[in-house]
Amino acid sequence: MKYAYYPGCSAHSTARDMHESCLAVAKALGIELNEIKGWTCCGASAAHQTDRKLAASLASANLLLAKQMGMDMVVNCAACYNRSKVANYEIIHSEEIRQSVADCLGQSYDGSQPVRHFVEILLKDLGLPALRKKIINPLKGLKTASYYGCYLVRPPEATGFDDPENPTILESLIDVMGGENVEWSGKVDCCGGMQNLTRTEITVRRSAAVIGMAQAAGAECIVVACPMCQISLDVRQADMEKLLGKHYRMPVIYITQLLGLALGISPKKLGFDRLMVSPAAVLKTTKAAV
Amino acid sequence: MTTRIAKQKTPGDLLKAVQEKTKVNLNVCYQCKKCSIGCPVADQAESPPSEIIRRLQLGAGDELLQTGLIWTCLSCETCYARCPNQINFAAVVDALKSLAVEKGVADPQGDAPLFNRLFLNAVESYGRAYDLQVIALYKLGTGSLKQDVDKFPAMLKKGKMAILPPSGADKGRIRRIFKKAAQNKGTKA
Repeated sequence: MKYAYYPGCSAHSTARDMHESCLAVAKALGIELNEIKGWTCCGASAAHQTDRKLAASLASANLLLAKQMGMDMVVNCAACYNRSKVANYEIIHSEEIRQSVADCLGQSYDGSQPVRHFVEILLKDLGLPALRKKIINPLKGLKTASYYGCYLVRPPEATGFDDPENPTILESLIDVMGGENVEWSGKVDCCGGMQNLTRTEITVRRSAAVIGMAQAAGAECIVVACPMCQISLDVRQADMEKLLGKHYRMPVIYITQLLGLALGISPKKLGFDRLMVSPAAVLKTTKAAV
Repeated sequence: MTTRIAKQKTPGDLLKAVQEKTKVNLNVCYQCKKCSIGCPVADQAESPPSEIIRRLQLGAGDELLQTGLIWTCLSCETCYARCPNQINFAAVVDALKSLAVEKGVADPQGDAPLFNRLFLNAVESYGRAYDLQVIALYKLGTGSLKQDVDKFPAMLKKGKMAILPPSGADKGRIRRIFKKAAQNKGTKA
């Protein structure tokens, strides 16, 4: 299993834990991730709010590099995944965008480069039976709320990730790891991450609503696959407590971090010490040594 | 609620500009309001998504660019995902935002245009995002330096935010994209 790997900018900043745990898990499972040389920013939300053609061109620059490598592009950041998938969709469906991208890149691109999220290759390429064989440290019934947010599932015609209103890919992975999935209705709600700096109170209130739902369902932790969600739910918990006068203390963990534990990798190598809200309770339940 | 639509010299200009930018056909909206029901920020907006569409249809002018929703929108795309007629309202909001910036209509609270500009400037310089620089300049630019100052020591210590600027990107390639995109912006394809 060989892939072109697009880490995304947050992999070296706010989501080093996501990147580290992804690489550690891939290595343990024999998945070869070849980092795309010279990769550039996908444009994120700043580009699409400013200029659709710029947004499609920035994402396409990396898609073209992956195409030259002749492998599927694997992305672990849900936001970069979204921008890359939307670029492909727009290039296929709009002559105007296709021409603009060709002009910006000095090269034509037809929108055909496959883009996969890391959890998709775990489920579809590796498969759950193969994954089950590698689990040496089961999660011992850890109660998890799988949270997808927006970028993986919307817009569904572009991402094609899973059922857009009730996705279950993360739950099927948790199941194999020996965790217990809680039933809750917040999994595709928005954390408000895009307004984290610009309209902070919106983000704080949205994220608090998401955590509140997970808490009410009895979750011991929230599992995420998106750095925007992770930052909003984790770093903003102190603000939620100040604004709303409630205590949350809900660990917000990347799916690759939790999978790493189940594969017997040390929490340190998985970036658990980078989380703002202490994951100690989770590590205790799973009996992983810190 | 009653919404006043300002009389335009040429009604429908804004609708036309939005449709040109997005290629979205707003005439197929039949006001089922699924977009407004699913919108996580509709309760804070003077006009929810379905009402913005109606206002555009009725020939709203630039006063619509000052409506709160375009700056509280989270780009969660729930409106688009649930629309029975596949109206990409998220793209409509993006178009309204860029028209508001082009026409110099200020953001009433928060400053998303400043953030976007700083973010894209960093990407143009380094080829990748540089959080620390963007956040510092944004907070300087909006006079909100004190907000979040409590979080930085822990985030930096935990390595949850990079101190140094990013390296390793193909900068020549990214500059070409920005240059060409700026040239294309003025022309209609």
